[in-house]
Amino acid sequence: MGRIDAALRDLRSLDALAARDTPLSRLDGRAKVLTTLAFIIVVVSFDRYAVAALLPLAAYPVLLAVLGEVPAAPLARKLLLAAPFALLVGIFNPLLDRAPMLAFGDATVAAGWVSFASILVRFALTVGAALVLVAGTGMHTLCVALARLGVPQALTAQLLFLFRYTFVLGAEAARMATARELRSGGRALALSAYGPLLGHLLLRAFERAQRIHLAMVARGFDGELRSLRTLRWSSRDTAFVLGWCLFFLSVRLVDLPQALGRLLLGAAP
Amino acid sequence: MSHHLVEARELSFAYPDGTPALHGVSCRFTHGEAVGIVGANGAGKSTLLLHFNGLLLPGSGEARIGELPVTAGTRAQIHRTVGYVFQDADDQLFMPTVEEDVAFGPLNMGLPPDEARARVRAALEAVGAAHLARRAPYRLSGGEKRAVAIAGVLAMSPSVLVLDEPSAGLDPAARRRLIALLRTFTHTKIIATHDLDLVLDVCTRVLVMREGAIEADGPPVAIFADVELLRRCHLEPPLSSACPPG
Repeated sequence: MGRIDAALRDLRSLDALAARDTPLSRLDGRAKVLTTLAFIIVVVSFDRYAVAALLPLAAYPVLLAVLGEVPAAPLARKLLLAAPFALLVGIFNPLLDRAPMLAFGDATVAAGWVSFASILVRFALTVGAALVLVAGTGMHTLCVALARLGVPQALTAQLLFLFRYTFVLGAEAARMATARELRSGGRALALSAYGPLLGHLLLRAFERAQRIHLAMVARGFDGELRSLRTLRWSSRDTAFVLGWCLFFLSVRLVDLPQALGRLLLGAAP
Repeated sequence: MSHHLVEARELSFAYPDGTPALHGVSCRFTHGEAVGIVGANGAGKSTLLLHFNGLLLPGSGEARIGELPVTAGTRAQIHRTVGYVFQDADDQLFMPTVEEDVAFGPLNMGLPPDEARARVRAALEAVGAAHLARRAPYRLSGGEKRAVAIAGVLAMSPSVLVLDEPSAGLDPAARRRLIALLRTFTHTKIIATHDLDLVLDVCTRVLVMREGAIEADGPPVAIFADVELLRRCHLEPPLSSACPPG
């Protein structure tokens, strides 16, 4: 049960981080959602070969993590967990796009490698920012903020339940894995046994989910999400959104690393 | 008439897959009464409890809380009057912190956050869990989880408390604390349990259920003395009656 359980605990700890009182958690959830959305749009809007120009944007997730006192190690673990998807998306670029693009003396780098690197950087930036957003806001407050921004309740409630039931399904899976391990005698499970096992897992998770739903209904849940933390938009939130958007725009319009390089090289005789 | 009155009239229910669960159950609990419901697994204890909160609606007959029949339309009101503590506290606790979880009910009742916060504090203090407010529910011990789950229901200020197997899975000390806690409540209490000693300690009346019907109804001491009845219902005399103190 070790691995599934550990992964669940890790994911949960991310959400629990938001319960602490940090400069980041004190910001209005809507400000963080809007700014992160702007961030993702800017990251995605760059040219497909952009790598260096993207790097200054790392300031956003890094600074947010510092403000939210989010520890780096679990964050990095979760990034790695999602990394195979990005690798899969970009892995064929170096094979398909072989035109030389960069030259270091005699060695050339194919354009495909550059776009592959660009995909990885974008992945790290956007997923990192989203993880920090969850860790600094909490899934519940995040969903409340989304609802207040006009996202339909049906969607935000779904999102919250998806998050909640991940743990339900995960806990059931961990229990079944332990039960299987204890009686397997170290042998691998036959492939044909996985079908019924998964079906069983689904039914058990269904039953559990139903009980959780009943428990929520018994405490007056009517589909609307409410939170103890009232969302209160202050001048600090306006400054947060405007300041970052200004930064994103300037990074998008001016290639800072290149400008810096030119400045340094130009200054050298 | 008080809304603390809980009543079932000729209540019958079968689960959607056709399994019959209750056959014409009638009972009536008055204000402040503490009633234990005991019986074998599958005798219909939980099914009956779920009717008192509108989480199940009767196939025939009716359940009433005070003046209100329990129907789909009155369910929201019923939820405020009847607090339901689930058997598995993990099914009930789902917010990232204890404080937010206990606030879930009061916020759903439409209370403003400040008011809800006051309710949360009072409820956590009532169950002796004020120090857990900022903790994550899934990191608590079984006894702490149970206390927090009860606080989550108390925070809604119900008149009637319904508890499904409250002492299951608790260590003896936690169970003792729970019993002491239950004795402090002046609510009408309806407790389904296999823990007959808990019934002796907390309840003034006991219903014995068997195969979806009420087999016996009376004061715990008298009921638990009827060994033949207990055997028929897959029960055993409570330990404290087998070896009386002193």
